[in-house]
Amino acid sequence: MKKLVALLLTLALCLGTVAALADGIAKEEVKLGVILLHDEDSTYDLNFINGVNEAKEALGLSDDQVIIVRNIPESNECYQTALNLVDEGCNIIFADSFGHESFMLKAAQEVPDVDFCHATGTMAHTENLANFHNAFAAIYEGRYLAGIAAGMKLNEIKAAGKLKGEVPMMGYVGAYTYAEVVSGYTSFYLGAKSVCPDVIMKVQFTGSWYDAKEEKAAAEALINAGADLISQHADSMGAPTACENAGIPDVSYNGSTIESCPNTFIVSSRINWAPYFEYIVGQKIKGEPIDTDWTGTIETGSVVLTDVNTAVAAEGTVEAIEAAKAEFAAGTKHVFDTATEGFITKDGAPLDSYLADVDTDAAYTPDTEVVADGYFHESEFRSAPYFDVQIDGIELLNAMF
Amino acid sequence: MSHPSQNAEREPLIHLSKRSGIHPAKAWGIRLAALALGLITCGLIAFLLSEKLRSDPKLIEKFYTAFYRASFGRGKIASDPYRKTWDFLQYSALLLCIALALTPAFRMRFWNIGAEGQTLIGMLGASAVNFYLGGKIPEWLLLILMLFAAVLAGAVWGVIPALFKARWGTNETLFTLMMNYVAMFLTAYLIKKWQPMGSGTLAFANGKLPALINNYLLIILVSVALAAAMFVYLRYSKHGYEINVVGESERTAQYVGISVKKVIIRTMLLSGMLCGLTGFLFAGLNQNITRDSIGGRGFTAIIVAWLAKFNPLVMILMAALVLLLQKGAGQISQDLNVQKTAMPDVIVGVILFFIIGCEFFINYQVHFRGRGQKREEAVK
Repeated sequence: MKKLVALLLTLALCLGTVAALADGIAKEEVKLGVILLHDEDSTYDLNFINGVNEAKEALGLSDDQVIIVRNIPESNECYQTALNLVDEGCNIIFADSFGHESFMLKAAQEVPDVDFCHATGTMAHTENLANFHNAFAAIYEGRYLAGIAAGMKLNEIKAAGKLKGEVPMMGYVGAYTYAEVVSGYTSFYLGAKSVCPDVIMKVQFTGSWYDAKEEKAAAEALINAGADLISQHADSMGAPTACENAGIPDVSYNGSTIESCPNTFIVSSRINWAPYFEYIVGQKIKGEPIDTDWTGTIETGSVVLTDVNTAVAAEGTVEAIEAAKAEFAAGTKHVFDTATEGFITKDGAPLDSYLADVDTDAAYTPDTEVVADGYFHESEFRSAPYFDVQIDGIELLNAMF
Repeated sequence: MSHPSQNAEREPLIHLSKRSGIHPAKAWGIRLAALALGLITCGLIAFLLSEKLRSDPKLIEKFYTAFYRASFGRGKIASDPYRKTWDFLQYSALLLCIALALTPAFRMRFWNIGAEGQTLIGMLGASAVNFYLGGKIPEWLLLILMLFAAVLAGAVWGVIPALFKARWGTNETLFTLMMNYVAMFLTAYLIKKWQPMGSGTLAFANGKLPALINNYLLIILVSVALAAAMFVYLRYSKHGYEINVVGESERTAQYVGISVKKVIIRTMLLSGMLCGLTGFLFAGLNQNITRDSIGGRGFTAIIVAWLAKFNPLVMILMAALVLLLQKGAGQISQDLNVQKTAMPDVIVGVILFFIIGCEFFINYQVHFRGRGQKREEAVK
């Protein structure tokens, strides 16, 4: 009898183990490989490193369970590095740069039992590969909130009679004329417009994601052209430094610049990647599939704002941001609100309908209707932004593809 | 004070004399000692740079096994457990091909620093053919045309500095160096032109190198065959002899009736063509192109060629050695998770410094004063 019980218990244990294996893996068996374009010197990559470390801490992973590989160019070296990470025993591999995508995809096709996750990419939803995933965050909401802070500051300047021109003007330093940047500066502009209706904006592109000299020069040019406030979407300290030198308020990106720019920094939006890393590791442990397109939001903790610098920001900024955040959460407010009259217009006409290029193809043909229910549905049909409309009120001084 | 001791004081602490000859075994002993010293120095540097290593000294073992693991370790990809070894051999072979391409020019003392650009432009030529014709003609024909375009493009890129040197005596080092950047930006421009909204990578469905047993062997065999052919060409052909004479002395070459201009142009055509051939191999292997596709191998190959003293057969070993170091250094920095890392370059640089530096001790004998005295006494 005892033997029988022992046998049954053993059998049950075996079955239990098998079932557990089918369901997922033990936490100790997860191994995450992270491929980075640069290292800590770039604010963009640093943001990912911080995210990985935060997630590692939160999940209680050991040092051996996370491998970070730095300085991997957007070339075949990315593919080789991905395969090396598989050889090291990684079962989730992540890459952080847009140009890594085709190489990650190639590795994913070759190693079907490992998950490949890629930030900012656009191909996962059309490739239909079970182990290839894209991720991004609804950073346009964060930029809108930062835009509110900008608009309120402009109102303050206007009330004090210190505007440089007749109407409040913002300057924006962008990297490239991509959807990601267009979506970013437009949401920032709309945030400002929501509290300061007569605001206009001028955008200068640098043609590089990281070029301190060019970004500084672009910010200075915008300041000389009469900008009352500056914001940027590029990764160096160029624009914030130019603002601090000229005493022009700056809404930053990727993290706080208050230490170098105490007199002009207002607030900064950034994507926190820790929730995504926690999510993919969690799914692996549970044995559940990772979303093909994952979009982090304010609720997931992926879209965050730094502390507002109350020394520079207008009074009531914190409260106004919190109020808008609550409206986003309740679903009563949308960044790309096409229903409110005069809020978003293109060549004077309202934006009732828009075909966006969601599915990447060689000819970049628009394929998906994205305006419905009174707003433009950004980052819903895929995680990477596709808002690339040039709306009224924003003037592009140049273009850089 | 006695006279001889005054004499000894005047003798410098260290003095050097040129060795008339050294036993090969001793020379290799010095080289191995230098390699060992280089590795120890790297260990010390890593110890300074890596907090992780300091807190867990046991990792030092991992540090030294990294060189083996990176190139020969068994991987976890079930279908291809020896991938790392094959990958190591394949990329050694590609590095070897570029070093071999440089060799005839270097033997001629024509300092071709432009292998990076000549290889990339070859790859661009192959990719252009693939872009316009891929899928429209049979695969075998496509590959032949890609090869042809690559060799032609490489030859053009190599011969332009040679023509200027032969015609106007321009400085080939600067000229070939500048041509690298022209090639890089031309590549970036054309990729943008062919794919205006992309991320700077052009990928192809066609134009894959045929597999020979596996996907790695073809390139490895091509490189070894090329090494053998280059050895024969330089040692036994009339061309090889002419290259050597021009390298030793242009005046002697003129005196014996060798047309220096012709040799310069012919040799750089060959050098560029071989770089172009390597570019074709890259194109057929990667099936994509970016401006960084060659990834600095055109410069690394210069070190390989020098380390081998321009001997094509020794070059096989040296290409493998340099890649072994590079891969090991990458593995170390990955294992130790060093921040802001220039560490792989530092490690490779330090070890190469020791290896190249030790040649000094092979060519010169070092005498220390104390020892010299003893020897003198012994003679007495």
